[in-house]
Amino acid sequence: MKRTVALLMENQPGALSRVVGLFSQRGYNIESLIVAATEDPTLSRLTMTTSGDQKVIEQITKQLNKLIDVVKVLDLGESDYVERELLLVKFLHGSINTEVIKALNGEIIFENNELLNIQFVGTSEELDQVLKDLESSNPLEIVRTGASGISSNLKTLTI
Amino acid sequence: MGTVLVTSGPGATNTITGIATAFTDSIPMVVISAQVATDKIGEDAFQETDMVGVSRPVVKHSFLIKDPSEIPKTIKQAFYIASTGRPGPVVVDIPKDFTDPAQKFEYSYPDKVKLRSYTPATRGHAGQIKKAVQQLLAAKRPVIYAGGGVIQGNASHLLTELAQRVNYPVTNTLMGLGCYPASDRQFLGMLGMHGTFEANTAMHHADVILAVGARFDDRVTNTPSKFCPSAKIIHIDIDPASISKTITADIPIVGSVDSVLSEMLTLLKESEEMPDGVALADWWKQIDEWRERHGLYTEPRYPTDGDMIMPEDAIKVLHEVTGGEAYVTSDVGQHQMFAAQYYLFDKPRRWINSGGLGTMGFGVPAAMGVQMANRDAVVACVTGEGSVQMCIQELSTCKQYNLPIKIICLNNQALGMVKQWQDMNYGGRHSSSTYEDSLPDFVALTESYGHVGIKVKKHEDLESAMKECFALKDKLVFLDVDVDPNEHVYPMLEAGMSMEDMHLSKDIKTW
Repeated sequence: MKRTVALLMENQPGALSRVVGLFSQRGYNIESLIVAATEDPTLSRLTMTTSGDQKVIEQITKQLNKLIDVVKVLDLGESDYVERELLLVKFLHGSINTEVIKALNGEIIFENNELLNIQFVGTSEELDQVLKDLESSNPLEIVRTGASGISSNLKTLTI
Repeated sequence: MGTVLVTSGPGATNTITGIATAFTDSIPMVVISAQVATDKIGEDAFQETDMVGVSRPVVKHSFLIKDPSEIPKTIKQAFYIASTGRPGPVVVDIPKDFTDPAQKFEYSYPDKVKLRSYTPATRGHAGQIKKAVQQLLAAKRPVIYAGGGVIQGNASHLLTELAQRVNYPVTNTLMGLGCYPASDRQFLGMLGMHGTFEANTAMHHADVILAVGARFDDRVTNTPSKFCPSAKIIHIDIDPASISKTITADIPIVGSVDSVLSEMLTLLKESEEMPDGVALADWWKQIDEWRERHGLYTEPRYPTDGDMIMPEDAIKVLHEVTGGEAYVTSDVGQHQMFAAQYYLFDKPRRWINSGGLGTMGFGVPAAMGVQMANRDAVVACVTGEGSVQMCIQELSTCKQYNLPIKIICLNNQALGMVKQWQDMNYGGRHSSSTYEDSLPDFVALTESYGHVGIKVKKHEDLESAMKECFALKDKLVFLDVDVDPNEHVYPMLEAGMSMEDMHLSKDIKTW
């Protein structure tokens, strides 16, 4: 079962390595990870997608909470939430037609005579499908950011 | 609290095994390690190691000091983190330029520690505590399973009072020995891999288990899916991550053991309900029958007529000669299990061993620490000829600081526990586990460090040698006891089976 967990941690060197280290140390998977400073510069917000049954997810959140640098943890999957991921793809000019890009809700963000950079935004699953649909156009390079998420109710991850 | 001061690089990395040992056993400790000067960090400088990185998986927390003004605050935080909640080791890495005597820095030591992300649990949830008391009173076949958390949380007296109030049987983990008086009738002995027949069997058949400050370690549960099939489990622990980690708790209580146990005691005293006397009497009858049948102290477990010293007897004699009052440290292996089984600890903090990590070499330095902190105490280190050689150079430190510890070496000329597993699981192939003729003369070795060495080979000389050893109050004595090299530790749980499935001797098993 895929699960998205978000957390706030001290924005200082070493904090991220403790979080990542915990996953490798205890044999949990990280499928994607995204992290950036928040509006409060002393805090970073990290969103990760992981997999495991309910028991594993419970252990993960408990173990994350034990880390001194971790201020607050929210298992987004516990209630309603939305997630979005950004996908950037590079094509040779002419290898893909604009109709296809439009149909997939893509946006051209750079273009010259040689190539195109296109962005797609969606849930990770939607982007999986986009990539399948793009396969025949032979993309030159693909970058995914990993999913970020926010709860769609009044439960907020703030301090 | 344990405090360690080491230099950078190899000094720092040499502490890793000790840090991991403390981490696994939840022992509070602060390690202050030196780091190369700030302008050298990251340049692969002489004696540089990323200590914060190297120690990360085995510390509760760590700090790299970035500015000398942070030192007082960080040291205060380090001791606070190490000693509160579930205790553990904390590393503070201090670059060398911040300790330069030529530099003067502003100094301000904070009164209070405040960490927004660290608020250890204190009181347990009142509703859960009430439910736990009801469950406990409704029990027909209860067992109290108490671990090292009871000792760390200074709650031995509360646990003892509670157990005696309801007259329920108590078993201790390896780390919990001494939290309930071992010579009391209600004590079933240690449980788990080498636990007593009565403790393991009672656990298996229990209908309610009160787990206090214990973490359902694999050396206790044996096979989680077959663990205590009919028991409701009440689990008190200060660490929420320890609850329902391997065994799901029916009534989890997160809180400090002393506060939770005293609230439970208050409820028990106020309650009009009493434990089910008839069911409890039957349960005790059953337990006494198990104890009588295969108990460590009731059934003759080995021949006692020969010349050869049995390791169990060495521990029994140690207990007798020290009146059960010694501080006993141990190394890791068969001797550790014999000490845990046969030295009956009646008080907390008298048994110091590396339980979770199983660190050979722990015994002598631990004894030195105990002796340093308790100058007049009788301190015995139970060890083996394998373990003691891991830190034998400390005999020099003992001379330097005049530490009259007593080293009781159960010498079976082999890494006995490894050999036992080879006997039982690997067709008796003793690969790399025996010393043949490569052992030193421990008496001569000890004497070369300026201490006293005594060798004992025959059963008839054991008691007098032990007495002689402890009579030399101001001397470090190394008592090298030749024991039966073929003895195994029993009982022993069978892998993949339940807690009631034990080998009781080389020929007898319970299934």
